Parts: sequence; C-alpha cells; structure tokens
Amino acid sequence: MVLSGTDKTNVKGIFSKISSHAEEYGAETLERMFITYPQTKTYFPHFDLHHGSAQIKAHGKKVANALIEAVNHIDDISGALSKLSDLHAQKLRVDPVNFKLLGQCFLVVVAIHHPSALTPEVHASLDKFLCAVSAVLTAKYR
Amino acid sequence: MTLTQAEKAAVITIWSKVATQADAIGAESLERLFSSYPQTKTYFPHFDLSQGSVQLRGHGSKVMNAIGEAVKHIDDIRGALAKLSELHAYILRVDPVNFKLLSHCILCSVAARYPTEFTPEVHAAWDKFLSSVSSVLTEKYR
Repeated sequence: MVLSGTDKTNVKGIFSKISSHAEEYGAETLERMFITYPQTKTYFPHFDLHHGSAQIKAHGKKVANALIEAVNHIDDISGALSKLSDLHAQKLRVDPVNFKLLGQCFLVVVAIHHPSALTPEVHASLDKFLCAVSAVLTAKYR
Repeated sequence: MTLTQAEKAAVITIWSKVATQADAIGAESLERLFSSYPQTKTYFPHFDLSQGSVQLRGHGSKVMNAIGEAVKHIDDIRGALAKLSELHAYILRVDPVNFKLLSHCILCSVAARYPTEFTPEVHAAWDKFLSSVSSVLTEKYR
C-alpha cells in the first residue's frame, strides 16, 4: 500500500496539530487498548497498568515518538523505523494483529481530541499511515 | 515482506509439481473455501457452487493461472498482477480478510496432495508467497 501525496499531506497536517500532546495521546492510546482489548496486556507482565502509571506514560511517549519519526520520514518509513522493525522481529514478537488494535485506539484518541480535524479523508489517510507503520514493524518477522 | 532466494526457490520447486494438477487444486481450494467459510459465497451469487460445477472449475483455473503468473515473475509480483490488482480494487472489492482464507485453503489442498514435499520450510515459503500475492491484490484498494 502506497501513501499518496494527499495522504502524506493529511498525515503531516494532523500530526502538526497533535504533536504537542503526542506523549499524552500515546499514553491514552495504550490505556484504551489495555481496557478494550485486554489480551494485549500479555505483552506487559512487567508493567503497572493502572490509570496514570508512570510506565504507561513512558511507554506512550516511546510509541508517540516513533510515530512522529515515521511522519518526519514519511517517504521512507522503513528506513526510519528499521531498528524498531528489528526489535519487533527478533525480540518483542508482538503478534501482528495487535498493531491494528493499537492503531484503532490511536485513531479514537485523535478523534476525541480533534474531532473537526479528523475528517473522513484525514481519517483514511491516518489509518493508511498506521497500516504502513505496522507493515514496516512486522516486515522482518519472517 | 520480501521472499529470500531460498524461499523463491522453494516456491518455484513446489509450483512445478502443483502446476501439473493446477486446475484440480484450484477447484478443490474453492470448494474448501466455500464449505469451511460459507460467508465467502457472498461474492459468487451468480455461480453454481455445487461440487464439480463447471463454473467452480473454470474459476479455480483462473485463480491458479494467476498464481502461476506470480511464480513466473516472482521477482516482480506487483508488475505481473497489476491488472488483477486494479480489478480487485475497483470492481471486485473482495474484503482483504478473504485472501487469507483462500490462501489457507490452497495451502491445505497443496499439502494434501504433496505431503512429503510440503516440509515446514516449503510451507513457510509458500505461505509467505501467498501473503505477498494477497498484499499485491489489495494494494490499490485505497
């Protein structure tokens, strides 16, 4: 799947709006994911998963920053996330299905905080972008 | 996801056997698809789906021919299936989830007919190949 020029513009646009809250949104995305899709907690046995936990905040920040990296290198997401891709393939081995769930929760968070910015077109572009990121992160699994 | 040289070789080798029974395998895969996953019949309201039907056999051949094309051009599956990709994107619009189901049925048919050749390595290579084909066919959806 290829991001069109319009997709890239839309993604950059929405990220410029959310970048100042990225870490907060990252944490909220994770919280929602753990509540809505409890099976995802399986990857975090070592975490305190309560609301407001420092570990969720820190991890949310990591996730958000990775997404921002991808946006900043939107023409070469696989280059930008190459190390993360290795990490997921060789160590983390998060089942690919979970990337969709995380992406879904991220979209929900953006929709809640920026309802007018998330038009159907921007929604589609952002979803496509998240799929592209997921594809990169699972590309080296086998 | 890219196929390694070893994987390409494995796919080409197993295909040389599969090709000799391609039509039968194609028809059988579709039969398996429609009986295990009846929801897939939704795309064929105009077909006679009874076992051995002419339409099933005809369509099975089409599917296997396309796969054969992809094997022949295994270094450029996207190029080889460009027209089919457009067909699926603009006209057929088969939900992407169904490609996994059909791939699985093809895998079962091939495994059933070639039990000794279908080693775990060949299984993995073939599955990766069918995933690549599926990605190409859903690439232009949006």
